[in-house]
Amino acid sequence: MTRWAMVADLRRCVGCQTCTAACKHANATPPGVQWRRVIDMEFGEYPDVQRAFVPVGCQHCDDPPCLSVCPTTATRKRADGIVTIDYDLCIGCAYCAVACPYQARYKTERATFAYGRPSEHEVQRRDDARLAVATKCTFCVDRIDAGLDKGLTPGVDPEATPACVNACIADALAFGDVDDPASKVSRLLAENQHFRMHEELGTGPGFFYLWDRNDERCDEMQEQAR
Amino acid sequence: MSFGANPWQQQSWDWRAAGNFMCGGAGSGLIVGAALSDAPAWLLLAGAVLVGLGLGSVWLEIGRPWRALHVYFNPRTSWMTREAMVAPLLFAAVVAASFGLPLARIAAALLALAFVWCQACILQAAKGIPAWREPRLVPLIVATGLAEGAGLLLLWAAFTQGATALQWLFFAITMFARWLLWVPWRGRVRAAARALVALDRAGLVLRASTLLALAAAATAITVPLPDEVTRLLQALCGALACAGGAWFKFTLVTRGAFNQGFALARLPVRGVRR
Repeated sequence: MTRWAMVADLRRCVGCQTCTAACKHANATPPGVQWRRVIDMEFGEYPDVQRAFVPVGCQHCDDPPCLSVCPTTATRKRADGIVTIDYDLCIGCAYCAVACPYQARYKTERATFAYGRPSEHEVQRRDDARLAVATKCTFCVDRIDAGLDKGLTPGVDPEATPACVNACIADALAFGDVDDPASKVSRLLAENQHFRMHEELGTGPGFFYLWDRNDERCDEMQEQAR
Repeated sequence: MSFGANPWQQQSWDWRAAGNFMCGGAGSGLIVGAALSDAPAWLLLAGAVLVGLGLGSVWLEIGRPWRALHVYFNPRTSWMTREAMVAPLLFAAVVAASFGLPLARIAAALLALAFVWCQACILQAAKGIPAWREPRLVPLIVATGLAEGAGLLLLWAAFTQGATALQWLFFAITMFARWLLWVPWRGRVRAAARALVALDRAGLVLRASTLLALAAAATAITVPLPDEVTRLLQALCGALACAGGAWFKFTLVTRGAFNQGFALARLPVRGVRR
């Protein structure tokens, strides 16, 4: 089986928001809608303070709360773990938006443009099917599917990889199949200590955060290398 | 939508969604109370109208209102679908009851209970809102709806023949239940401080109105007072029951519905470990 997942290395993310911009460019989201965003978090009190930049968005959960509440079946989960929305079925009730513990869903009532009047680019990319319905990160599912059709590997070949991962300047974001032990995401998860956001809710997010190296595992790997 | 890490009040559902819970709960409660106490059939119809107003209110909120029938597509897991499925059955039972069909009143009462139960479960299934997802919200919302319905019944009775013993009993039980059920729910809610402030204010109104109404009811029942005063107390009971419950649900949706924000289980280790 394949289970697509994303890994964010919190030690590497510098909060440049290039992933956010790349996502907006790839998916033509309107102003105020950021399917991939980066939260700037501060901890502690002066002088002992820490700062972390945390990429967030749809976590493509194993048990998505948005899926079970959706009255229309517009929200679906594919066998590979990607949670999708059928814009033609969605009624825009926003129940999924209040059910999502990751604030990943947006509803835009009417077309809005970055500078008031629509630019040429915005006219070209306009999609009224996404108005007044729920929208969110799709893990760039179109790129993944098109890439797979060409025999490419998502997470390895940029053409088949989500735009935010391709754009990351610090190599903080990685994408791949966690069920494949040889994938980059599996290797990162093995070599590092990680957690998932709001894990206590039992949603099983497909988005992992790395926070420190896994010393035992690193020693093992160095031993094997020798 | 805010872009910070801290919790913020959800912006997806506003007074229109709250209106569904306020009208739907009160309407269901009125149908249950009227059916059980053999009240005139038009009161059941009034309850159904309230339920319809609530659904109309939430219909105004959905982004694609002309696709509203898609709401019926997921009865397997969605409480919103189940609520939408119960509603027409409830309307049919109420119409049947108004024509005096046998057992229709019982069916209407059961369906009204199912409707308010679905509404409570709609809130509880929303995992994104800590104050809603606490399971003890379900009995509280059901009791609040029934108490509001009992209050409407007393209001009607105050201006007609006066409340029957059964109506007083229904009122006392549901009001006591909502007063009682507030405590365990509130005790388990772990939400943002600002959400708790809003909820506690609404809770104060809910519990104060409940106690005042129960005190007024006890006075009206036990103390021999002129008929006008008794009816006035009766109307006060009804108004307090409705106002307290409605304000609580309005607050629960529009002011106390903070999300969880974002949190890190561990901080990133950069350089030397702390």
